[in-house]
Amino acid sequence: MAPKTIIEKIWDQHVVREEAGQPDLLYVDLHLVHEVTSPQAFESMRLQNRKVRRPDLTFATVDHNVPTINRDLPNPDPLSDQQIRVLRENCHATGIPLFDIFNINQGIVHVIGPEQGLTQPGMTIVCGDSHTSTHGAMGALAFGIGTSEVEHVLATQTLPQLKPKTMSVEVTGTLSPGVTAKDVILEILQTIGVDGGIGHVIEYRGEVIRSLSMEGRMTICNMSIEGGARAGLVAPDDTTFAYLKGRKYAPQGEAWDRAVEEWRALATDEGAVFDKYVTLRGEDIVPTVTWGTNPAQSVSVTATVPDPESFETPQKREGAERSLKYMDLKAGTRIEDIAIDRVFLGSCTNSRIEDLRSAAKIVEGRKVAPTVTAMVVPGSGLVKKQAEEEGLDQIFVEAGFEWRDPGCSMCLGMNPDILLPGERSASTSNRNFEGRQGPGGRTHLVSPEMAAAAAIVGHFVDVREWVK
Amino acid sequence: MHRVEKVRGNAIPLNRADVDTDQIIPAKHLKRIERTGFGPFAFEAWRQDPDFVVNNPAYKDAPILLARQNFGSGSSREHAVWAIEGLGVQAVIAPSFADIFKNNCSKVGLLTIELPQADLDWLMARAEETPAAEIEVDLPSQTVRAGASWERHFEIDPFVKHRLLNGLDDIGLTLQHGDDITKFEEQRSDLKPRTLAAT
Repeated sequence: MAPKTIIEKIWDQHVVREEAGQPDLLYVDLHLVHEVTSPQAFESMRLQNRKVRRPDLTFATVDHNVPTINRDLPNPDPLSDQQIRVLRENCHATGIPLFDIFNINQGIVHVIGPEQGLTQPGMTIVCGDSHTSTHGAMGALAFGIGTSEVEHVLATQTLPQLKPKTMSVEVTGTLSPGVTAKDVILEILQTIGVDGGIGHVIEYRGEVIRSLSMEGRMTICNMSIEGGARAGLVAPDDTTFAYLKGRKYAPQGEAWDRAVEEWRALATDEGAVFDKYVTLRGEDIVPTVTWGTNPAQSVSVTATVPDPESFETPQKREGAERSLKYMDLKAGTRIEDIAIDRVFLGSCTNSRIEDLRSAAKIVEGRKVAPTVTAMVVPGSGLVKKQAEEEGLDQIFVEAGFEWRDPGCSMCLGMNPDILLPGERSASTSNRNFEGRQGPGGRTHLVSPEMAAAAAIVGHFVDVREWVK
Repeated sequence: MHRVEKVRGNAIPLNRADVDTDQIIPAKHLKRIERTGFGPFAFEAWRQDPDFVVNNPAYKDAPILLARQNFGSGSSREHAVWAIEGLGVQAVIAPSFADIFKNNCSKVGLLTIELPQADLDWLMARAEETPAAEIEVDLPSQTVRAGASWERHFEIDPFVKHRLLNGLDDIGLTLQHGDDITKFEEQRSDLKPRTLAAT
């Protein structure tokens, strides 16, 4: 049999039906639902008198527009409140389990899937959210879908899909102290560009990827979509199994052993061929800060804001000029001289326990700069609880951070956690698009360590100096 | 889904690359639980600028949008498609589209047409110079025409074309294969997790 990539293996195991000239009909092992992209799908199901085929392969939570403060008070936003209520009603009517707002398991959908052990190697996972690629860290084929497709999966537990191309992104060697998974993915994005992954699923490989924790791998897979790839994954290994073992929905006992055997067989075969190859050296990767309005526009923290004239194509030059204008930055400004107003530690990219631990290490015994407002939004109720058990909340609060309830929060600015026009943030989230964190707000994407250090000094700073 | 065969009319030249879905429809407008009513919020931030092309009355109700590469990047929000439809646009022509956006368009019936950069340069310049200049998109023959002598062929997934031409509902089509799905489920591994206890 011809050698296959992990991507092709998972794909082939899920084809329900294939016919020449048509997309494959792919079975969906797990469907995650949230309040923002689902109401129209449920409504359409009702109008067509369609039933949810597999509520037992579906779960829902509220994350995108939940408040992260004063949850015991009435929701200040009636439209958000309505969306949350509608999801509750839809779940109740269809039997889909819901981690509701006061449930300890509530959180960002891409944090709680792996945390509950629902995300497992070799699965197909979809959600009406582009950062579904996060689940690829467990060795699953996971991708974001629109509302029409949400309805399709609710009704049929399948999706017609065109087979993607495959892309190998290898990161060799080792990372220096202070350089994180976030810096790795920002460097990858700078290399492939915001559209380099269109039509592809990425397998992340190499020693650097292998040596990362599950949290780090999730950070990398999370931002696959920022390079245009619908999905990105990492072949499961002992790190994956150690993370998964004992979690609520993971196989137990004899089933666990059988599962591990199946999961090990998923790895890309020797000699399998990808459609595209990219290789980076871990030693070349440094703490990185975005300067523009897409996640591929980034530089080393020790560098300066680039000159638009330095870009090869007229389109890139024009894009860079537009970005600098929006960001109110001048070419040649040292990144370390950029002062910030807000720090956001959170999002499906960087809100897991390891992210909070490493940020807390930077913050411990220090104070947030008087010019900065900083907040931590844990990814889930369980992350929050664990952090509090470890005393991390105290470290953050004593330093002057706000300690919030879990949700997407300032990553996309759907709830009251937004930047004011002209405000500048150091953010651990995934998108620095114009207005992403609030109309007129300016976002710089960084790692949790870099965000924490920026909060303390009030501008960007090379965190490698702090972790020596 | 409604049927799509031909789109004819003038075109809005949106001369920007990597237009993301946060620009097409900002997140604060995703709180509606309906599929309609997003048009007034399309490109909301850019429309603050009176010179922004979508504000130009010469392009009002134009059924075609011209854009640069990687149009629709970012989030999976189908609201972006609904917002563009809400402007009256029925076809978008660009050198490339983000995958999820393109997929969402194909489910809703908004045509996405990929033409090389050079063709977009030409169409964009033409639409800027002559806002009333018409473009015709013909799906059956997979052709874009502009003026008497300019004609380009475009590629489209044959199944998407079939569905658009016949206004076929994807879900209805899949439900015809319910037996195949059941058969697949019967042989599916029992090791896979369930979110509800088996009954």
